[in-house]
Amino acid sequence: MTTETPVPQARRGGRLLDGKLLVGTAVVGALVVLSLFTGVYDVFGADDGGEMFAITRVPRTVALVLAGAAMAMSGLVMQLLTQNRFVEPTTTGTTEWAGLGLLTVMVLVPGASIGARMLGAVLAAFVGTMVFFLFLRRVTLRSSLVVPIIGIMLGAVVSAVSTFVALQTDMLQNLGVWFAGSFTSVLRGQYELLWIVALAAVAVFVAADRFTVAGLGEEVATNVGLDYGRVVLLGTGLIAVATGVVTVVVGNLPFLGLIVPNVVSMFRGDDLRGNLPWVCLLGVGTVTVCDLIGRVVIMPFEVPVSLILGVVGAAVFVLLLLRQRRHG
Amino acid sequence: MITLSGVRKEYSGEVAIGPVDLRIPRGGVTALVGPNGAGKSTLLTMTGRLLGLDAGVIEIAGHDVARTPSKDLAKVVSVLRQENHFVTRLTVRQLVAFGRFPHSRGRLTAADEEVVSRAIDFLDLGGLENRYLDQLSGGQRQRAYVAMVLSQETEYVLLDEPLNNLDMRHSAQMMRHLRRVAEELERTVVVVLHDINFAGHYADRICAVKDGAVVEFGTPEEIMTGEVLTRVFETPVTVVDGPRGPLAVYY
Repeated sequence: MTTETPVPQARRGGRLLDGKLLVGTAVVGALVVLSLFTGVYDVFGADDGGEMFAITRVPRTVALVLAGAAMAMSGLVMQLLTQNRFVEPTTTGTTEWAGLGLLTVMVLVPGASIGARMLGAVLAAFVGTMVFFLFLRRVTLRSSLVVPIIGIMLGAVVSAVSTFVALQTDMLQNLGVWFAGSFTSVLRGQYELLWIVALAAVAVFVAADRFTVAGLGEEVATNVGLDYGRVVLLGTGLIAVATGVVTVVVGNLPFLGLIVPNVVSMFRGDDLRGNLPWVCLLGVGTVTVCDLIGRVVIMPFEVPVSLILGVVGAAVFVLLLLRQRRHG
Repeated sequence: MITLSGVRKEYSGEVAIGPVDLRIPRGGVTALVGPNGAGKSTLLTMTGRLLGLDAGVIEIAGHDVARTPSKDLAKVVSVLRQENHFVTRLTVRQLVAFGRFPHSRGRLTAADEEVVSRAIDFLDLGGLENRYLDQLSGGQRQRAYVAMVLSQETEYVLLDEPLNNLDMRHSAQMMRHLRRVAEELERTVVVVLHDINFAGHYADRICAVKDGAVVEFGTPEEIMTGEVLTRVFETPVTVVDGPRGPLAVYY
């Protein structure tokens, strides 16, 4: 400080590119490269190695990056909007709603394009999340743990409906494949719509401050002149787009939106704008590591990434609960 | 000036507030007092447009709170509720900076940062500005919330029981801060208080609310009498001359 006033200057701007973030980016970058070169097919030796690389490895890795970042960010926005640390798209039923939407489109319009299926998933995710939020506003649950329990119950009901519909229409197998989120089937020509979630991510960055203010509650938000209802609507829309699109392309990625924002918040507090790059990075890193594990544990076969994420996520979830209890 | 005309709010069946007509002049500290459930907080929250009215009009400095866009109103009046429990982990400075939201929409300028620093210093939070809210004591956190509404730089500041959960020392300190807000920063402070003696000592005007209606409005000298307080609180109150002004004794 060279000025005489001991005023810490704008600590919010210019912080996006600090040293730690560069190191983090490098680590995640290395993981991404590792993902590109992990697999059974010899992309260097075989004649069509380059072609295969472009058809499977690149799409898969891009999908990892996009889906990881999108789901982690959805979790963060959802936690701010509900003021609850334990919610994310898979603990509020959003993913299950997206699945129901996807199934509905598949049943009603056999052979629907991937875009139409996405639209169904996004719309259903939006409706389902709004139902959940409206419910929360009605009952104002003070216990933070009851909220995810209700969300998981709601999700179970919705997924039961999906199973029933699938049974009736002979789609159970599709549903099973879809529920086990996996990057195995991500190929060129099938994943490109996933880039939509990049747009949602940019929108979250732009509206970051609004979401943080909304995270302080409706009254504080109204006090500073924010239209709380509109922010909730915007947030829900972005969550629905991210979850719906990821669900259709990749499937269910449990706990990602829960673990990542909580870990980041533990280390850095909750200034959303400063945290977003970290949330994205950690989301990408986590999902990439889990996918790599899934790809190598029973090589040459694969374990769905959702399985690994479920195991890791459940462990971290329990740790978070214990920590919360200790801190009162 | 804050004007309430024919303000009504109806809750289920019997409980209703109003119609209330009230004029709170500009400047100074106005205390809202009254028994539990009288409607003090409801009146304050309605004035701060956190709660809708069923009938009537509330105007703050000529702005109808029901019609003025919320973001314009946020530059005229700030309101702090009694219960503030944030799950978000923010530092004191980050929280106070959100008071600048109506002016900056989140992108703080150097001028904004300066206002934030002034609000922090005003409430003696200088040494704590980089601490997380969950690392503060109740009194410090309450001060941080007040600093947030101060950094909003509104002419009118409404506070709902800011002494809630504060001990003697911190209560007196908070009231001294609020007096300085009114005197040095020339803001109009309206505050709901539970303890009539704090109102008698620190307020410029006292507004007594009972059963959803304003029953008394006047200076501390006018309100701090045994006869008036007994009537308002429905319990025997004697007012004695203390070393620093009148004291209500009710136990």
